[in-house]
Amino acid sequence: MARPKLAVWKFASCDGCQLSILDCEDELLAIADRIDIAYFPEASSRMAPGPYDLSLVEGSITTADDVARIKDIRDQSRTLVAIGACATAGGIQALRNTADVAEWTRLVYPRPEYIETLATSTAIADHVRVDLELHGCPVSKAQLVELVTAVLAGRRPQIPSAVQCVECKRHGTPCVMVSHGTPCLGPVTRAGCGNLCPSVGRGCYGCFGPVEGANTDALAAQFRRLGLPEAAQRALYGGVTCAAPAFAAARGRHD
Amino acid sequence: MTERTIKLDLLARVEGEGALYVKLRGQKIETLEFRIFEPPRFFEALLRGRPATDAPDITSRICGICPVAYVMSASQAVEQALGIAIPPEIRALRRLIYCGEWIQSHVLHAAMLHAPDFLGLPDAMEIARAEPDLVRTALRLKKLGNTLMEVIGGRAVHPVNTRVGGFYRAPDADRIAALVPELEWGAGAARDMALAFSRFEFPDDAADYTFVSLVNPDEYPILEGRIGSNRGLDIGIDAFSGSVRESQVAHSNALLAHLADGTPYMVGPLARYANNHDRLPEACRRTAREAGLGPVERNPFKSILVRMIEVQFACLEALRLARSYVVPSPACVEAPPRAGEGFGCTEAPRGICHHSYVIDHDGTLVSASIVPPTSQNQPQIEADLARVVLSSLDLDDDALRQRCEQAIRNYDPCISCATHFLKLTVVRA
Repeated sequence: MARPKLAVWKFASCDGCQLSILDCEDELLAIADRIDIAYFPEASSRMAPGPYDLSLVEGSITTADDVARIKDIRDQSRTLVAIGACATAGGIQALRNTADVAEWTRLVYPRPEYIETLATSTAIADHVRVDLELHGCPVSKAQLVELVTAVLAGRRPQIPSAVQCVECKRHGTPCVMVSHGTPCLGPVTRAGCGNLCPSVGRGCYGCFGPVEGANTDALAAQFRRLGLPEAAQRALYGGVTCAAPAFAAARGRHD
Repeated sequence: MTERTIKLDLLARVEGEGALYVKLRGQKIETLEFRIFEPPRFFEALLRGRPATDAPDITSRICGICPVAYVMSASQAVEQALGIAIPPEIRALRRLIYCGEWIQSHVLHAAMLHAPDFLGLPDAMEIARAEPDLVRTALRLKKLGNTLMEVIGGRAVHPVNTRVGGFYRAPDADRIAALVPELEWGAGAARDMALAFSRFEFPDDAADYTFVSLVNPDEYPILEGRIGSNRGLDIGIDAFSGSVRESQVAHSNALLAHLADGTPYMVGPLARYANNHDRLPEACRRTAREAGLGPVERNPFKSILVRMIEVQFACLEALRLARSYVVPSPACVEAPPRAGEGFGCTEAPRGICHHSYVIDHDGTLVSASIVPPTSQNQPQIEADLARVVLSSLDLDDDALRQRCEQAIRNYDPCISCATHFLKLTVVRA
C-alpha cells in the first residue's frame, strides 16, 4: 500500500510549529518510514505535487496572495489541519486587526509603498474548511505525534479540550492566582502545554487560546479583586491568541 | 549573445520564505535579486504601548528557531533602560540556555538542512537511508540542545521561564547536574561530525569579508561584548544604529543593513570565529585545524564546519557552566518602571541580533527597533551570489541553481526573522 502523503505549508509565522515536527527527534525517522513527506520545504528540497492525504498548515493569512494559496491547498488536501496559534487564531500579528495597518507599515518600513499586506491577520478556518485544529504557541509535540499516528491508523486523534486549571490540579501545582495573587489566564485557557507557566510560578498567558465556554467575565471579577489595572488586563488578553473571539471580546472590554 | 534566466521560486531548507531571480546576458549579470517574501508581521509597531516587560515573550515569536536570542536581546535592552544589573549566577544560567539554542539550531541547519547539499540529496530523511548513524547522532545532538532549553526555559520553542531580570524559577541543581553526561558525549559527537563534514567536497570560493560580531576579551561571545570587525570597527552596542544603515528595496520584505560607508558585511559563525578565534578552547581550535580551517575562514561554504565547531564549543561551555552551577537566588532582579532608553545585542546562531527600546515613565514601550541577523547578511548574500554565479557559468541551469541555493544556505538565513526574505529566478539573456 502506498504511504500517505504529507504536506507542510507555511503562512505568516515564526516557523516554530514546523520546527516542532523536526523536534520530534525520537519519532521523526519512524514517522518518515511510514509517511511520504511529499512537500515540506523547510526540511526538504523535494517538492512533490499533490494531492496530499494530510496537510499541516502553519501561519495566518495576511496577504491577498495567501487568501488564494490557502484555497488551492484546501483543494489539494484530503485532511487539512491548522497547527498553532497563528493558524488557529491569527497569532500575535493579529494585533493589527484593531490597529491602523497603514500607520504600522509607515512605522516599520521607510518605503511603505513596497509592502503588500491585508489589514487583518486571520485564522485558516476563516478562509477554508479545516478538519482539525492543533492549538498552541508552539503546538505540543505530543499532540503532533498523536495526530500523525491517528491519521495513519485512520482514527480520530485524541486531543484534550479541558481547561488549563485541570492541568494544575492534575500536576499538584499550587494555584498562582490564589496563593500569590499572580494574574493567570488559566481559568479561561485550553490545556495542552503541560502546565508550563504555573509550574515555574508564572501566570498562564494563553498560548493555547480560549477553552470552549471561557468565562472571561468571572475572571475579570477575580482580576478586579487582585487590583489588576485595565491596561494590564488588556495586555494579558493581547497576546499570541489575541484574535480568538473570546479573548478579542475580553480585550475589547478593557479599552 | 545568449540570455539565461535562473529562477528559484521557493528556497527549501531555510526558515521562512524567499526566492532568487538572476538574469544573465553572456558573461554578465543583468539582475540579481534575493527576495524575501515572507509577509511582514510589524513587531516593532505592535510592541508600542505595551508593558516593556512583555518584549521578551513577544519578540521570541519573531523566530521559532532562535527564540532565546530574541528573549535575551530584548531582556538586556529593557534591563538597561530600567537600570537593572544582572548578577553573575543569572548571567551564567542565561549563557547555559543560550548554549542549548546554539546546539539545536546549528545541528538542525548543518546536519539536516545544509549537509544534503554536499551529499546531493534532498533532505535528512534521505541521508538517514544512506547513513543512518549520521542522522541518529545529529538528532541526538539536537535533542540535547532542546533538553537544555527545556530544563532551563520550560520548553524548546518559546521558553516560558525567562524574563526581564532573570528567570521565574531557577532550575534545581540536580536537574542541571543531570545534563553533564550527555554534554560530555555531545562535545565528542560534535567534534566527530565536524571532522566527518570536513571530508565533503567544498566549492572553491573565498571573499574578503567584513566580519562583524560581538567581541569580548574574556570569552567567546554569546551574550555580551562590544561590536567589532576585522576592519577596525569597535563600538559599544549603544552606537550600533550610528554605524549601520537600514534601507529597503522593492524586491524584499526585509530591511537591508549596510555599514555606514555603504559596504555589506557578514554576521554569524564565520564572523564570530574570525574575530574571536583565540577565545575558543584549545579542543575546538584543534578540531578546526584537523578539519582544515585556519584561524580565519573566508570560504563561506565551509561555514558548515565552523557551525559544528561552535556546537563542540557550546557543549564544552555548557559542561563548564553546568559543573559550576550555583542556583541564582533570587532568580530574578526586579526594578520599578522608569523612563529610559536601552540596548541589547546578543549572538543568535546566525549572528548579532540587536534591539533598542525607549520606555516611558510608566514602563510602557514608546518605540522599538530590532535588527535581526539575516537583514544584516542579505546584502552580503547578494554579493556572494553574484560572485558564485560568475565563477560557475559553466554549470548547466539546474547545477547553477543548486549552487546558488547552497550559497544562500551558507548563511543559515532565517527568513522569518528578516522580514521586516527567497524565490530563485535565473534569466540567461
